[in-house]
Amino acid sequence: MNLATKYLGLDLANPIVPSSSPLTRNVESLLALEAAGAAAVVMPSLFEEQIEHEAMAVHAALDYGSEISAESIGGYFPEMDDYNTGAGDYLDHLRAAKEALSIPVIASLNGDSAGGWTLYARIIEDAGADALELNIYLIAADTERPGPQVADEYLRLVERVRAAVTIPLAVKVGPYFTSMAHMAGRLIESGADGLVLFNRFYQPDIDLETLTVGPNLVLSTSEEMRLVLRWMAILHDRVDASLAATTGVHTSEDVLKLILAGADVTMMASALLKHGTGHVSTVLEGVEQWLERGNYESLDQARGSLSQRSSPDPSAFERSNYMHALTEYSSKY
Amino acid sequence: MKPDYVVVDGNEAAARVAHSLSEVIAIYPITPASAMGELADAWSQRKEPNIWGTVPEVVEMQSEGGAAGAMHGSLQAGALSTTFTASQGLLLMLPNMYKIAGELTPAVIHVAARTVATHALSIFGDHSDVMGARQTGFSLLSSATVQEAQDMALVAHVVTLETRVPFLHFFDGFRTSHEVMKIEALGPEIMGEMVSGALITEHRQRALNPNRPVLRGTAQNPDVFFQAREAANPFHDAVAPAVESAFERLADLTGRRYGLFDYYGADDAERVVVLMGSGAGAAREAVDALNDRGEKVGMVTVHLYRPFSVEPFLAAVPASVSSMAVLDRTKEPGAVGEPLYQDVVAALREGGRHQIEVIGGRYGLSSKEFTPPMVMRVLAEAGASDPKRHFTVGITDDVTRLSLPVEEEWREPDDVVQAVFFGLGADGTVGANKNSVKIIGRLTDRFAQGHFVYDSKKSGAMTVSHLRFSPRPITSTYLIENANFVACHQFGFLEKVDMLALADEGATFLLNSHYGPDEVWEHLPAHVQEAIISKRLEFYVVDGYRVAREAELGGRINTVLQTCFFALSEIVPQDEAIAAIKDAIRSAYGKRGEVVLNRNFQAVDASLDALSKVKVPTAAGSTIHLAPAVPEHAPDFVQRVTGMIIGGKGDLLPVSALPVDGTFPTDTAQWEKRSIAEEIPIWDPDICIDCGRCALVCPHAAIRMKIYDPSELDSAPAGFQTKEWSGRDYAGMNMTIQVAPEDCTGCGVCVDICPAHSKEEVKHKSINMESQLEHVDEERTNFEFFLDLPELDRTNVKVDSIKGSQLLEPLFEFSGACSGCGETPYLKLLSQMYGDRILVANATGCSSIYGANLPTTPWAKDAAGRGPAWANSLFEDNAEFGLGMRLAIDGHARTARTLLGALSTEVGDLAGEILEAEQSDESGVRKQRERIEQLITTLQDVDDPRAKQLETVAEYLVQMGVWIVGGDGWAYDIGFGGLDHVLAMGRNVNILVLDTEVYSNTGGQASKATPRAAVAKFAAGGKSTGKKDLGMIAQSYGNVYVAQIAMGANMNQVVKAFAEAEAHEGTSLIIAFSPCIAHGIDMGSMMAHQKRAAESGYWPLYRYDPAAEAAGKPGLRLDSREPKISFKEFAALEGRFAMLARANPEHAEELAQQAQDDIDNRWQLYEQMVNVHRTAVFEDLEEGE
Repeated sequence: MNLATKYLGLDLANPIVPSSSPLTRNVESLLALEAAGAAAVVMPSLFEEQIEHEAMAVHAALDYGSEISAESIGGYFPEMDDYNTGAGDYLDHLRAAKEALSIPVIASLNGDSAGGWTLYARIIEDAGADALELNIYLIAADTERPGPQVADEYLRLVERVRAAVTIPLAVKVGPYFTSMAHMAGRLIESGADGLVLFNRFYQPDIDLETLTVGPNLVLSTSEEMRLVLRWMAILHDRVDASLAATTGVHTSEDVLKLILAGADVTMMASALLKHGTGHVSTVLEGVEQWLERGNYESLDQARGSLSQRSSPDPSAFERSNYMHALTEYSSKY
Repeated sequence: MKPDYVVVDGNEAAARVAHSLSEVIAIYPITPASAMGELADAWSQRKEPNIWGTVPEVVEMQSEGGAAGAMHGSLQAGALSTTFTASQGLLLMLPNMYKIAGELTPAVIHVAARTVATHALSIFGDHSDVMGARQTGFSLLSSATVQEAQDMALVAHVVTLETRVPFLHFFDGFRTSHEVMKIEALGPEIMGEMVSGALITEHRQRALNPNRPVLRGTAQNPDVFFQAREAANPFHDAVAPAVESAFERLADLTGRRYGLFDYYGADDAERVVVLMGSGAGAAREAVDALNDRGEKVGMVTVHLYRPFSVEPFLAAVPASVSSMAVLDRTKEPGAVGEPLYQDVVAALREGGRHQIEVIGGRYGLSSKEFTPPMVMRVLAEAGASDPKRHFTVGITDDVTRLSLPVEEEWREPDDVVQAVFFGLGADGTVGANKNSVKIIGRLTDRFAQGHFVYDSKKSGAMTVSHLRFSPRPITSTYLIENANFVACHQFGFLEKVDMLALADEGATFLLNSHYGPDEVWEHLPAHVQEAIISKRLEFYVVDGYRVAREAELGGRINTVLQTCFFALSEIVPQDEAIAAIKDAIRSAYGKRGEVVLNRNFQAVDASLDALSKVKVPTAAGSTIHLAPAVPEHAPDFVQRVTGMIIGGKGDLLPVSALPVDGTFPTDTAQWEKRSIAEEIPIWDPDICIDCGRCALVCPHAAIRMKIYDPSELDSAPAGFQTKEWSGRDYAGMNMTIQVAPEDCTGCGVCVDICPAHSKEEVKHKSINMESQLEHVDEERTNFEFFLDLPELDRTNVKVDSIKGSQLLEPLFEFSGACSGCGETPYLKLLSQMYGDRILVANATGCSSIYGANLPTTPWAKDAAGRGPAWANSLFEDNAEFGLGMRLAIDGHARTARTLLGALSTEVGDLAGEILEAEQSDESGVRKQRERIEQLITTLQDVDDPRAKQLETVAEYLVQMGVWIVGGDGWAYDIGFGGLDHVLAMGRNVNILVLDTEVYSNTGGQASKATPRAAVAKFAAGGKSTGKKDLGMIAQSYGNVYVAQIAMGANMNQVVKAFAEAEAHEGTSLIIAFSPCIAHGIDMGSMMAHQKRAAESGYWPLYRYDPAAEAAGKPGLRLDSREPKISFKEFAALEGRFAMLARANPEHAEELAQQAQDDIDNRWQLYEQMVNVHRTAVFEDLEEGE
């Protein structure tokens, strides 16, 4: 079965792309993913904020206590040859991944400042990434800032990075836009070669013992895939860009549904963390078997076959879908 | 050829030569010489070679004695060896120095000359240490400037090889060791040309070697020792010519010419001054000034002091000289005169020039200012018809009237830029100024000098930078008094220091101010306004904090103010200056990454936009005035002496004002209101649970807990907070948690530990950090009222509990320790539990500095006038020092018991009651005190001389504890031998080791308490060996009470350990984990770090009680649970470990694994030890079995 697909202009053997996770953090597991059939990999995000924080923490530690008294003037730590601050570690890993793998390596970037996005995008390109995914992680918490301003910020950012690099550019966003479909189009106009739907923000949790708030990372479930499914179906064929589905992709069924809705690739993290790198081949087998059972010629043939445009019931992806579901649900009792 | 200029300080100048010409460097940190060892270690770490291409091995020893021993051994085995030291450190090297010199071994010791502790310790500079070494047989070579510190260092290394006589090369501590100067550098080529390879070979051939064995270090007897001692004479005789010859060669290579004795002044001088060291700079300016006035004066600077060479000295003194003043920077009580004076007198006598009148005087002890007017006054005295033959200068001696009054005004030439900067000890001012000196020294033809003055506190300390930029080489070795640029980097200093007293007419005044140019004027104190107007100052403001904040640099305002200085001083064109500042930033911070560079660059770029000139009104009108140094109701001594020192006027105190023997009153920190916190803890009684933890952990006794009868509240100020005490123990009483708003340093440890929070708003705790400015007035009144509330009766308090201990008055308060210090909470607790009846022997280190660095001491007294009696002897002898106290107290008590026994008939039943008194608790102690009072009354009527004797020692019949306190540098390293001996003696002393795991006071050098994997100075690659288990060593004696504690991990155990140690009728050792800024943590969270240290097993808590062991129970009791987090989890949050993980991840990983193994192994061992019974049980065996 021909599972080949095209994503961000890259020719991929199949639609399974492990997304950014601890598994893409070391070359050993990357090789295992490749061996299991992954068509490309997305590296963990380079977090500008973290890099800056670490550099400034080193700086502060070295300066802390200097000049504190006539007896300890030069600070409390000896100067070292290199503090390895900056993006060095990330780029080393990216280079090592490129060196070790034959599948495309997609870098991921989470910037914190206008200059940071473009600066790190450039050095990631220089380090040899095949494509770059912008992991935009903005919580619009400012009560004074209207939606259009926030949306504009996304667009300016994509424009700036687009102008800075030539490698293919994907933009990973959350679903929380007033007009997601319109926003998708504008992101593409701003220079995105593809959209990754959706960013699954870390949600906070409260510890009732310590009364502290902290991030609580919970692995996704297949149910979460359906929000992606809706927008995949709506956007397929309506925007001129690659579409990647991420969040809740666990099984071959999930993959197939998203492909039918119109995804070019499907990205997995939770399922791989849960089942191991070998899960890629299990999913691929399932996809292949379903396609064979349905006498499909290729994966491409199935892609978008149940998108909103191709669906016999286009409204099923829109609001009525909700009302219908609710009625059905209530009527059972 | 254009000289190769560098801008360095004296320590770096000397250390560079020493490192270039050595193979083995054995060191031990001591101020102000520490930097030499640190630099040498850093260069060797970076694999920088000596001039022969090998990297010198730098080893840190356990003491200066150890360093000298290691150097001696390395010399004996043929290496080129050196060391660096000062003061007491040099004294510890003396025994080896006699040996090294007696064996004619080429070696050099570089000394940043520092005061030897006498009536007091002083870290500052004079020649009392090197003068103590003048009889060792070492040659003594003196440098007067940073340039000389480099050049003489080379000459010392060269000549020692030529003559086989070892050299002590010295320069003045701080004035030269820390002064940053533009000098001409000596490259390796010149050093190579000066040092003879053949002589190195000869040195090696004399080495101990089994292939050609010899014997050294024999024991000799009356028949030959004397002759053998004289046999070395020719070698010492050869030193002076060899030094002269080396000077000649150096002059040929560099153009810089030195003599054994350098004469400067009029060829036909009538009067000359003779001195050595940095004072020569001031003397030179005085000589010029007097000769310009037509007088005929000169000066002789001594370079080679030992051997003192008579002929060259006489040759240096013009024939026209009729009188001479010899200045010594040391004091030799009881001598005819100080050492240099005596040498000069003897030399003149021997040379037949005894007709020259010679007077001798002391100057500059402990870095006392020494200025050209003082030299002028000395020269005037030399020419007087009836001069003081022995005098002092620079002080007012109204007791023995030896001092020469100095009245002359002094002005430096107008073409010298003189700039003074007042900064906070943490804002980067000094570092930036050092950079400015380097920039201007490098970019311009001007000569540049930077000298830095620090205050005595470790938190909220003020630094004053004195910078000169001159078209001529700078000889001004004194502080600036007529500055044409004054910068105040902290607005708050304006109310504390009259800094504009240093401003010259028309000077520029730059103020770091939150207030802009239009609003700043009304916020200035009156004296500042008046000075700006009357001196016609150009006044500028910049909001450095805003610029730094916007560049995300926190409180580091250094680059902002530095940029403004360059813009206003116009020494360097602005563009060039900015480029140079950025270069300097790149060179200082380059390794820290682009982010750090960019943020600093951003601050530089934004600085000038934020700089504004202030339009100065024609009249002052402020109602803000300089705060009085101490309040009017302070005791007399505090008013007359302490207050003057606090107010920065200690130099004006006459001799009569000072105690004759170094004895000072305690209880004085309360008078020094520093107000350094931006935020202070404010109490919300509604949610308080009365736990007392905030008071327990406060490093500065600035948050306190008291319970009292509610009736006391009748006169409470309106804002005074109170609540009912919740416990049944003091039912019906009220309690208050009160902050001392002007003594708090704002560390936040109390808030971090507070377990009570609001039900409605979790972030709101029972204490919360709030603006000091907003609360200070109200809380000051509250605190005064709080202090007046009656103290709880100690006999009604459960002392050995957290709450109980915190209801007791702290007798250790408001120390100048670092904000959030990990050591001081233990001392404060000790003072609460037993402060009214203990002597404290305190090893030199952080605790002796924050404990007794003038002007004030945190050791305090209760209302009855009782409190800890405190003394510091040395660094190395503290255990023995404390033991001596015990022996004396026990002796007095024995005498008292004997006398009381003998007078029992006269005294009656009271005698028996006293002799058999139980004093194991507060009540017992109280009753015994009452009995002793009664005894003294009774004795008044006893007509027996023994009654008088008994009166003098009766108070020793009340229990007195001896606490021996110090840091890990003392306990694990330099004082370990003595500590071990005291442990072995079993006497009733308590030893408290405040273990910060590094030498905190001298800047974070590794000790044997430093754990594996931590980065410290001398362990830059991460310490590769494990920490010494001091507690287990002590337990091996079997009769020593040992506790390992960490307040943040188990407060209850801490209190219990103190109580058990005090109760133990023998030796006790408490090892207290004390977080330090050297750990690279946020000190506000230091208690949480301690918790994690225990949870990881990194710092297991335990108590070993010999009494339990004797009762057949396990002696060792583990007070922390099995490790539940890994070493890595603990270490990741501490900079000392995390730094290595960033710099060298592989090595860090390796060391972290080993550190985990250390923890696992130790825990396994301790768990087994819990079940070990030390006492052997022997069955009665039948004969023959």
